[in-house]
Amino acid sequence: MEVIFLLIGISLVLAVTFLVLFFRAMKGGQFDDDYTPSVRILFENQPKKTIKDQPKKSKTYE
Amino acid sequence: MNQIFPTHTDSKCFHCGEDCELEPIRFDGKEFCCQGCKLVYEVLAQNDLCEFYTLDSNPGKSQKGNFKQKNRFDYLDDPEVVGKIFDFRNETESHITFYVPQIHCSSCIWLLENLFQINSAIVGSRVDFIKRKVQIKFLHERISLKEVVNLLSVLGYEPNLKLSDLSQEKTSHLDRRTLTKLGVAGFCFGNMMLFSIPEYFSEAKLLGQDFKGLFDYLNVLLALPIVFYAASDYYLSAWHAVRHRKMNMDVPIVLGIFAFFLYSLWEIFTQGNAGYLDSLGGLLFFLLLGKIYQQKTFATLEFDRDYKAYFPIAVTRVSKDTEEVVPLTKVRLGDVLLVRNEELVPADSVLLDRQANIDYSFVTGEEVPVPVQKGDLIYAGGRQRGEAVLLTVQKLPSQSYLTDLWNNGENKNLNSRLLEPLANRISGVFTWTVLAIAVIAFGYWISRDASVAVKAFTTVLIVSCPCALSMSTPFTLGNTLRIFGKAKFYLKNASVVEKLALVDTLVFDKTGTLTNPSRASIEYFGENLTSETKSIIKGMVRQSTHPLSNRISQWLGSQEVEVLSEVREAQGAGLESLHKGQLFRLGSREFAGVGKDEPNDVGNFVYLSVEGVFLGYFLIRSGLRESAPEVVSSLSKEFELHVLSGDQDHERDTLTKRLASDIRYNFNQSPSDKLNYLKELNSSGSQTLMLGDGLNDAGALRESHVGVAITDQVSHFSPASDAILDSESFSKIPNFLAFARDSRLIIKLNFGLSFLYNALGLSLAVQGYLSPVLCAVLMPLSSISVVVFSTLATHIMGIRKGLIHLNKH
Repeated sequence: MEVIFLLIGISLVLAVTFLVLFFRAMKGGQFDDDYTPSVRILFENQPKKTIKDQPKKSKTYE
Repeated sequence: MNQIFPTHTDSKCFHCGEDCELEPIRFDGKEFCCQGCKLVYEVLAQNDLCEFYTLDSNPGKSQKGNFKQKNRFDYLDDPEVVGKIFDFRNETESHITFYVPQIHCSSCIWLLENLFQINSAIVGSRVDFIKRKVQIKFLHERISLKEVVNLLSVLGYEPNLKLSDLSQEKTSHLDRRTLTKLGVAGFCFGNMMLFSIPEYFSEAKLLGQDFKGLFDYLNVLLALPIVFYAASDYYLSAWHAVRHRKMNMDVPIVLGIFAFFLYSLWEIFTQGNAGYLDSLGGLLFFLLLGKIYQQKTFATLEFDRDYKAYFPIAVTRVSKDTEEVVPLTKVRLGDVLLVRNEELVPADSVLLDRQANIDYSFVTGEEVPVPVQKGDLIYAGGRQRGEAVLLTVQKLPSQSYLTDLWNNGENKNLNSRLLEPLANRISGVFTWTVLAIAVIAFGYWISRDASVAVKAFTTVLIVSCPCALSMSTPFTLGNTLRIFGKAKFYLKNASVVEKLALVDTLVFDKTGTLTNPSRASIEYFGENLTSETKSIIKGMVRQSTHPLSNRISQWLGSQEVEVLSEVREAQGAGLESLHKGQLFRLGSREFAGVGKDEPNDVGNFVYLSVEGVFLGYFLIRSGLRESAPEVVSSLSKEFELHVLSGDQDHERDTLTKRLASDIRYNFNQSPSDKLNYLKELNSSGSQTLMLGDGLNDAGALRESHVGVAITDQVSHFSPASDAILDSESFSKIPNFLAFARDSRLIIKLNFGLSFLYNALGLSLAVQGYLSPVLCAVLMPLSSISVVVFSTLATHIMGIRKGLIHLNKH
């Protein structure tokens, strides 16, 4: 049964994580405007013409 | 030349979708109705932003008439003026939020958020569609604020910059704070319930004694944020009330919180029992939930606008023949201002030019402009129609006649103190009763068993903590607010509902409130008009934007339109046109050259003459609102009715004939008369509701217990008020008042219900029988049942009153 001590610790850590995430979302203004994002998500992301596809640098392992 | 044809062509403007009335401008294979629309298209096309046109059909706003003078944003270069309108500013970047009322579709959002593609100095922009606001971040070394505003204005999204932008405090995050508290309370409450499970099933001996101790200490730890953070608003409010020797709902709540917390600490640390901390968590969680529910606000509406919200930030000052755009705050007495067509007169001033045409629709609700002669005083809030005129300032904008009214009604808080919310009055009685019971129980037990005495005393305080009591008010009022909102009646906050329920005297403004400018009655007197003459008149009035022209045009209906080669409009006088060698004149008596006396009637007259020969005149009277007679007669049964009007009393007979006769009419009322009239009514003990629409009612609206502004477009103009009513819902006023009283009744019933719970809990508590489990069950049960009851009851009442409808499927 002693494993419960551990489980409680884990559950509290999880719960606190969610609470912190909630604070961050709140600070970021996620709950201020609940309409516009629903429209914004439907816009196409058109690639900017000016940015040309640059070949990615290949990683080398040494 | 003489052919008659309908003027609108089939082509539609590619940008705004309106019919191109004249020959469309062709560009890039597309048709545009005006240069403005074409310009917007050009800008978008150059920057490869034509996706704008694919997101929504015809998303543009017509740019017709959008030709204003170039230098109108010059004041934005003055750092002293604009310093306060930034949200944020550092060495390189500036953030600013504009109110842009033109935002209306998803294309608008897309375009405004892609501004960075047009000008690379704009870092980014974010639209809040509901609030019609856009926040723009830009590099102020590469683009000035003035250029940003100019860019928006070229695209057809000219920001609405008002004087109040300069002084307003930047967005407060009050709402966020309550939400954060709710989050904390929810987190603690949830975990406390989890750790209390062994206690709920203590007979089953789920776990050993070690765990129980650990869980209790964890509960104490989790209770700390609730007691010291989430509940802090209640302490402040209760302290405030106690200091003013008043009682509000928060006093017994705070008493309960302390009793819960201290007694539980004592139990856990000295007795080894579990205490009631989980119930404490639940209490706060539900209370905060109710608080947020009650805070329903209508984000697009503003109730607290003062005069600054109407006045422009800057005006054109003329000195030594040079024009300069200066901020309104720098205007001094005696300055000469230039007011152009459609511009607002910002201060009480005297006219220097020969004649002006002032539209006081902001002020009185009457949209027909008033001619003003040289040397006459023009009140702030009037709008010039016609050529630009010169004025000299007589009073500073902050001291003008109408803004004085605003400052006069300052004692609103004094009034509302008379009207203590129901909950506060009950909680006074409630708190003293509970304290008395607790003391009696303590006194009874002290001689028999000291430990039971302490327990009885604290559990009485705990169990009677008015959870249900304090939940019923916010939920009932919150529901009422929402139901009103669905029926297009928007209240400033929940406390207005209770005031509305107590109203016994209604005061109506006449113009624009009981009467509706767009329902004008038009009569024609004189020689019969031939069909040809009617076509000519229609052709003339179509060229003018004067309200009287619009009404005559409406009256002529689908009359065919004669195409006239030239129509000349003399501002404030009338229209003239030379057709087939005959001079047609339509307008005032002098203009039409009619020598006849003014007919003995009330209303606006428009005379018609051909070659100086009088043919006849139109009599245009503002009509009553469609439902006004029914509304007034049904209200007159229950309420004392008063009508205030700034007009002469010519219309008394027509009004009494059409409306119920037991109304007190008061004509010739100046704005300050209206204010004083309400002051008198209030001091005679009446609970007043004022219904008005213009700035001239602003003083009276503030003075009344409930000030309701009626408006055709709720997001547009309205004076400061407690509520905004969409004129569509005018006919529902009796239902609104009845519903407000219903919701007060529901609150009372809820109080009855929660007293029942309290009586049950108390009877256990005084005997010293209260256990944590019982408490944990009783608390949420009573809260939830109260919430369910109030939600059901308000909706049933709302449906009965015809304010909401069941979904039709």
